[in-house]
Amino acid sequence: MIQVSRRTMLMSTGALVLAAVMAGPSGALAADKVLKIGQLGVMSGPEASWGLVNKFSALATAEMWNEKGGIEIGGDKYKIEIVSVDDRNDPKLTVSGAERLTGEGIKYIIGPNMDTTATSVRPIAEKNKALYFPYAFARSLYTAPAENAVLGMVASYQVAPVMYKILKEERGVKKIAFIARNDSDGLLQREEGVKVAEALGLEIVSKDDTYESSITDFFPVVGNVVAKNPDLIVMSSVAPAHAPQIMRAAREMGYTGLFGAESAQDMKIINEVAGEMGSGLISIGGASTPEIRSPYMEEFIDRYTKIAGEWNDEAGTKAYALEMILGTLQKAGPAAIDDIEVFKAAIPEFEMKNPFLKEDAVVKYVGTADFGQKRQIGVPMVITETKDGELTTLSIGSVE
Amino acid sequence: MTQILVNGMLLSANYALIALGITLIFSIMNVLNFAHGQMFMIGGFVVYYAVVVWGLPFPLGLLGAAVIVGVIGMVVESVFFRRVMKNSSREENTMLLAVGTALLLENVALSLFGEKQRGIPPIISGVYRLGDAFLPANRLLVLGISLALIAAVLLFVNYSRTGRAMRALAQDRTATLLMGVDVPRISTLGFGLGAALAGIAGALLISISGVNAGIGTAISTKAFIMIMIGGAGVMSGALLGAVTLGFAEALGYAFFPGSVTYLIIFIGLILFLLFRPQGIMGKPWG
Repeated sequence: MIQVSRRTMLMSTGALVLAAVMAGPSGALAADKVLKIGQLGVMSGPEASWGLVNKFSALATAEMWNEKGGIEIGGDKYKIEIVSVDDRNDPKLTVSGAERLTGEGIKYIIGPNMDTTATSVRPIAEKNKALYFPYAFARSLYTAPAENAVLGMVASYQVAPVMYKILKEERGVKKIAFIARNDSDGLLQREEGVKVAEALGLEIVSKDDTYESSITDFFPVVGNVVAKNPDLIVMSSVAPAHAPQIMRAAREMGYTGLFGAESAQDMKIINEVAGEMGSGLISIGGASTPEIRSPYMEEFIDRYTKIAGEWNDEAGTKAYALEMILGTLQKAGPAAIDDIEVFKAAIPEFEMKNPFLKEDAVVKYVGTADFGQKRQIGVPMVITETKDGELTTLSIGSVE
Repeated sequence: MTQILVNGMLLSANYALIALGITLIFSIMNVLNFAHGQMFMIGGFVVYYAVVVWGLPFPLGLLGAAVIVGVIGMVVESVFFRRVMKNSSREENTMLLAVGTALLLENVALSLFGEKQRGIPPIISGVYRLGDAFLPANRLLVLGISLALIAAVLLFVNYSRTGRAMRALAQDRTATLLMGVDVPRISTLGFGLGAALAGIAGALLISISGVNAGIGTAISTKAFIMIMIGGAGVMSGALLGAVTLGFAEALGYAFFPGSVTYLIIFIGLILFLLFRPQGIMGKPWG
């Protein structure tokens, strides 16, 4: 048996590590420029799916571009590198995460996912001149004097008027009840929803029922709501994990009406947890329903599935952020990579073909109506309905 | 009112399994198992994979959850806790170890099982009416299984030789050792049984509310509330804590806006602990 001394072993290991470091990355870096994009959000705990879907969507898009040689900006090809940070839905960690990302020179960050965490990023983004794309709905993030945040999806208060109107006129909804997560996002969405329902003349039979994100059984909470006999139960800021539990509990107590959610849901989870009791949920979707998706969306879904292990319908709304960042950088030119002022200057006029929709549509920055400035990605407002285990498209609209 | 009582009864039975497991571990090891909720979560995922992914019958999944989580508990006890308890006299070290184990299990689960909520279809379908209250058949079945298991655990702990050794260990570790009981073996078995109970609770509740990789902390928090009410390390106290929490939740959600319920429960718990820090059934410390 060959005897190897500890010193020899350490030296050999060191030499191997050194060789690997010198041979691997340096060769790649010489060939390509790298465009680093940050992704910051909740990726552990009960809300983990919100941030992880952002991460997997960004990784899928980056892989698709990188396989084509990278993104061309100003005549140079850039490989896209996604740098992810889990903030565990804790604003303190969001701040340190944002500082870490901007410290690496990253100027564009996808996320965070909640009002509290998104708000905590603002001073860091302004100080370090970075642009971030939250999935949180607080208007103050996108309204002047704030100008470094771009809302990545359609806000609840933009969906609610359209959704409730359709349900009132086409489904005969007269009585509406709200059940909200007890956090700033849930309560904000509920307040906005109540205002919309009042404006439409709907009778609000219940609006005080809330639950903690750590809830483990909805049966007692939902009982109160069902007892008011509404035609529609709106679940404000409901997480994909909670929506099917609420639906199942309500159906088990004899509820036969509709459900509404102004956030994206996942059909697989609904099928698993609620089964046949999961029909009748009206919610906001992305461009992922089969009847409207383009071949590029199919490719994105395949790639996403390879990375994440399975498709998540939430990703239909979250596929847009990185594509829009890349498209805008292409138009604004290489100076925008390190200078967000150049990027911001390109926002008002920017538009590109929506790669995810089969029909010939454009995607652009919107938000003037709600925020007084274009600080929102114009993701199509696709309202979906769950029916017999499938997501079907109820209506397609847009935000201005 | 009938619905509130039904809700309280269903919640109590579910919580009792969780509370029994954590109090068993505390009584034998004097360790607050912060990873109890994560063991609950793993039990749920075992059933999910057994029933949904591999198409096995639910009872087999339930058995698998009990065995797998029980074995995880035994490994955690013999590899981590026993060593730390042997080498350190500071109680906070085992608490820190339990917190670390919780984080480890949660992150391993997140990597293995993903971020999504998982659930299985109801084991049996249908809804019964009890007066004006709704009683889903699946919840009734879970209630029945929970009560049967609680009875089985109490019989085992009170009348079996191993169970008596566990109780002796809970009362006086040194005396038990002097009586010739194989203390390391009983500790490992006790920890395994406590973990298995958490796994069974997760395995049963996945058919009602599903599980996700992040659910552990919420479950552990409820488990601590129950044993603080009932008295840490006392079996009857754990059951009393479960019933108290179950009915407090059901009543709270019925009469107060949702989120006020846990606020009231926590305020009540603080006031209660001011007057009876050892819980209802616990003995005064010292």
